[in-house]
Amino acid sequence: MSARPADLKTERSPAASSRVKPWGRWGLRFSAFGYLGLMIILPLSAIIERGLKDGLSMFWAEIASPIAFAALKLTLLTAVAATAINVLMGTLTAYVLVRYEFPGRGLLNGLVDMPFAIPTLVTGVMLVVLYGPQGTLGALLEAEGIQVIFATPGIVLALLLVTYPFVVRAVQPVLMEMKRDQEEAAYTLGASKWVTFYRIVLPTISPAIVTGALLTFARAIGEFGSIVVVAGNIPGRTLTAPVHVFGQIESENVRGASAVSILLLALSFTMMLSIDWMQRRKTRGGR
Amino acid sequence: MPRKRTGLIEWGLIAVVVLYVAALLLGPLIAIVWGALSEGVNLFLREITSANALNALRLTLILSVGATVINTVFGVCIAWVLVRDDFKGRQLINGLVDLPFAVSPVIAGLMLVLLFGREGWLTPISDALGIKMVFALPGMLIATTFVSLPFVVREVMPVLAQAGIEQENAAYTMGASPWQTFWHVTLPSIRWGLLYGISLTLARAVGEFGAVLVVSGGVSGLTETSTLFIFRSLDDRNYVGAYAMAMVLALISFTILMMMEFFKKRTGEGS
Repeated sequence: MSARPADLKTERSPAASSRVKPWGRWGLRFSAFGYLGLMIILPLSAIIERGLKDGLSMFWAEIASPIAFAALKLTLLTAVAATAINVLMGTLTAYVLVRYEFPGRGLLNGLVDMPFAIPTLVTGVMLVVLYGPQGTLGALLEAEGIQVIFATPGIVLALLLVTYPFVVRAVQPVLMEMKRDQEEAAYTLGASKWVTFYRIVLPTISPAIVTGALLTFARAIGEFGSIVVVAGNIPGRTLTAPVHVFGQIESENVRGASAVSILLLALSFTMMLSIDWMQRRKTRGGR
Repeated sequence: MPRKRTGLIEWGLIAVVVLYVAALLLGPLIAIVWGALSEGVNLFLREITSANALNALRLTLILSVGATVINTVFGVCIAWVLVRDDFKGRQLINGLVDLPFAVSPVIAGLMLVLLFGREGWLTPISDALGIKMVFALPGMLIATTFVSLPFVVREVMPVLAQAGIEQENAAYTMGASPWQTFWHVTLPSIRWGLLYGISLTLARAVGEFGAVLVVSGGVSGLTETSTLFIFRSLDDRNYVGAYAMAMVLALISFTILMMMEFFKKRTGEGS
């Protein structure tokens, strides 16, 4: 969940430690490969095999079934909505945390990490207590005709909470390292604060914003714990794709579960690969 | 570094962020404390000390410590191979480590059911060994280990690279064994990064729900972790029980978060 994929170029030791004896190195290599193979490659292969072994037409049939399709659509829509809001508020949070001094800044900075620590199921329970029909705030909103829990807004809210740190933690270090002379120059030349931000700060931090957005999206399409409590899970209306996968496992339709899973995995792997690609391009572009 | 003059716009932006965080993060936190204690402290205590709740907490402890130990050992090993070793396909292995972040927990659970369930690829092996994987503790341990796999690797890699190999080579020259070198030279230089990775792993493992839900079968008292306890209590409309356990888990997470912040600061200072 840490918002910085490793950068191999800078994280290489210059001369690989020649002093470690060959058998020791092979032992370590073997353990590392073996562990990753057993824990990651084998399970992934199993799910791909199960989803595709009855042929592509069955795979598509599972995905195009009305309930699965609606679930995938809902997952994509809510993930896009959460990502958009997160980009805006996350960038603003990072900016405020880096550039301004105010009482409680340290506390705010610490709070940002909270969603990484709190179990997502607990996040869902919290939202139900606050916005659910039994909660004070929930009753108040319901009187106004706004339903949060067991409806789409609840899903977006849960996603926002769970993914809040990604954009903040991606943008913050870039803002901290950014030199201020260009901004000062723009000010001196009479540019307004907004123009300065738009023309000078934004271009510098935009790769970090994109990284944060991709992480948010990848996390959002897989989110389960908070949504299963908050959404109500009505097929065709508030059932998201991961909850649909769970339902299919429960009703022993392993092929259907695997098919939707493969699609979700393909999406989030694309996100991860894009982040990796951006990171490498940045390193190659020199400093 | 922060700008000195704080005008109206600045205060406005600060207010927006503070209000957003208060509404998004603090509101729900206060709500859960209120929800757990609204029926009185006695009921809260009775729920959290019930046999099922205590069993669930114990199982969560066993699973998260187990997963953390496994991932610490293999995580350091993988980090070492990625930083210090040289072989073709390092980039690929490096990317592989991040995959659990991109996999929905439910899908992680499904993978294990496919491997160890009926007609699973590995079922003959686990049957031959007499180990029950699905709907049992070993499967839940693997599920928890899978979702928390990347943290130690990701946190140890940068500090290991930064530590360099000069000191290690000096130790070798003076006749230290590889194990002595690791224990007395390498480990002390990576300790804060490692501890930060361990606390992240622990936090993730304590809170794991989706993967464990799929694998466990949810037999209360036997394969029910704390998060599964919350889920079942909600289903049974035992709201005080669910909220009480949720509050306890939130408290545990907060403690781990404090540890994380402490170790993270030390990691920064160590350089």
